[in-house]
Amino acid sequence: MQRNDKKSIATFMLPASILLLVFMVLPFLMAFGLSFTNQRLIESPRGTQFIGMANYFRALGDNLFRRGLTNNAIFVLVVVPLQTALALALAILVNIKVKGSKIFRAIFFIPTVTTMVVVSVIWSFLYHPDGLINGFLATITFGLWDGVDFLNKTTTAFPSIMLMSMWQGVGFQMLIFLAALQEIPDSFYEAADIDGANTWQQFLYITLPQLKNTTTFVIISTTILAFRLFTQVYVMTSGGPQNSTYTAMLHIYNMAFKRLNIGYSSAMTVIFFLIILVISIFQRFVLNDTEEEV
Amino acid sequence: MKYKDNRKILAYLAMIILSIFFIFPLFYMISVSLNPNETSILRNMASVRAFFPGDISLQNFFDVFDRMPFARFLFNSTFIVSTTIIIGLLTNSMMAFALARLRWKGRALIVTGVVALMIIPFEAIAVPLLLITNRLGWLDSYHVQIIPFIANPLYIFLLFQFFKNFPSELEEAAIIDGASWFGIYWRIALPLSKPILSSVAILHFLMQWGSFLWPLMVTRGPEYRPLTVAMEVFFGQYPRNWGDIMAFAAMITIPVLLLFLYLQDTYVNTVARSGIK
Repeated sequence: MQRNDKKSIATFMLPASILLLVFMVLPFLMAFGLSFTNQRLIESPRGTQFIGMANYFRALGDNLFRRGLTNNAIFVLVVVPLQTALALALAILVNIKVKGSKIFRAIFFIPTVTTMVVVSVIWSFLYHPDGLINGFLATITFGLWDGVDFLNKTTTAFPSIMLMSMWQGVGFQMLIFLAALQEIPDSFYEAADIDGANTWQQFLYITLPQLKNTTTFVIISTTILAFRLFTQVYVMTSGGPQNSTYTAMLHIYNMAFKRLNIGYSSAMTVIFFLIILVISIFQRFVLNDTEEEV
Repeated sequence: MKYKDNRKILAYLAMIILSIFFIFPLFYMISVSLNPNETSILRNMASVRAFFPGDISLQNFFDVFDRMPFARFLFNSTFIVSTTIIIGLLTNSMMAFALARLRWKGRALIVTGVVALMIIPFEAIAVPLLLITNRLGWLDSYHVQIIPFIANPLYIFLLFQFFKNFPSELEEAAIIDGASWFGIYWRIALPLSKPILSSVAILHFLMQWGSFLWPLMVTRGPEYRPLTVAMEVFFGQYPRNWGDIMAFAAMITIPVLLLFLYLQDTYVNTVARSGIK
């Protein structure tokens, strides 16, 4: 038996490698190729032609695609800072050594194991014009609040989906922060106590710097999730009203699946991927930067 | 001391208020699902009374089974998810084992390739994958929902990192005894890897159980439809019967919830691990 036994290596490597090549690498490369053609899902009688950059020019001028990407960007700008801050706050709370903190930790992560379709359905009921959220707002304003049809108003539909997405996702980030908090040695805080630093100073000069890498990871992964936004908007609003909740993925789905235009949706997929790639490279760049400082 | 106690009380207060925020939608789902009277659901939907249905019954749950092939959807999801996880654990760990424990030219390059593949989100390959599986005649089947999701670069990488940390003496004795590499993998490596295998299984479960975009694209009728798509289809039918909808939602959610509360510590470690890249 040698560590370079060829037959063993082939047996171990082949199943997963073939699957990765056929169902990941191949479609990934095909997306680029298809984006230069007018490929249809069901082959048209005229066949498929190479049409150069036409799909990309079309995507640049496509108001719906631009609207979708803009909404994704708005989602990032609102949700990423709020969700990251809330996740950190929750992690610090459940990290305090008090009785029952494990129960609270479980309650905070319960939404993350609830399937997004179910979450969307429950919240659609909560956001109903006569639903619980309107009822709650009416009660705390002593009846001054008029029922709002949250998911059918252009101004409230997207913020409603944002709130729900944070409710669902924040527990996951909390657990990542919690793991990082527990890595910080107690001696750092003990030393700070002796030096007379207060809680706020300890947070600012110990906790935050120690969490730099984790925070970067959380911010980047939430940003990527924001660009992948699909299930919530599909179930709750289908992108409406008046495209106020339309997203890039919804448009790619509609073009591929409803219009059967594989070529055009592949071009938008490539643009979508390039955005993800830039974000990921940016993450590596920031993380490498901090590693050198240490 | 006084100061510390006050802080503890404040922490409890904050945690209780936040708990209400995180738990009320699920309580709401359960109490509506137990209310057999649709008029009472609609009358009380805006008030605390929604949480305390007058008469409690499982009628809505029976209705879900009567009104649609719910048992079929449940079977579909369970079958798809469990098959993917089991074959996935096997193939992913085999590849990770060869990358971590055997010595051969080009494995460093392949590890780099696997890491690079981790960047590609499923959404970036969904459209060409639809074209490929359509050409293969796979649409509307179980395997179209299973085979493309077995191999996963993140899971291979997590397993690779775990296997790499085994000391090299681990296999030496077995090698001298004349064990095969497959024997070492099966009898030594896998039994020592239970924590990472369960982590990977949990991540795989969450991904497949909640999968929505892909089954929406590749299933047409109820035959191979998983719970998520069935839930969405049911939700889109008017007039909506909220009692039945919530019973459906509860049946997708509660088993998973109980499982994860039971596996709480493993789940927490899994998420922590997915954050350390």
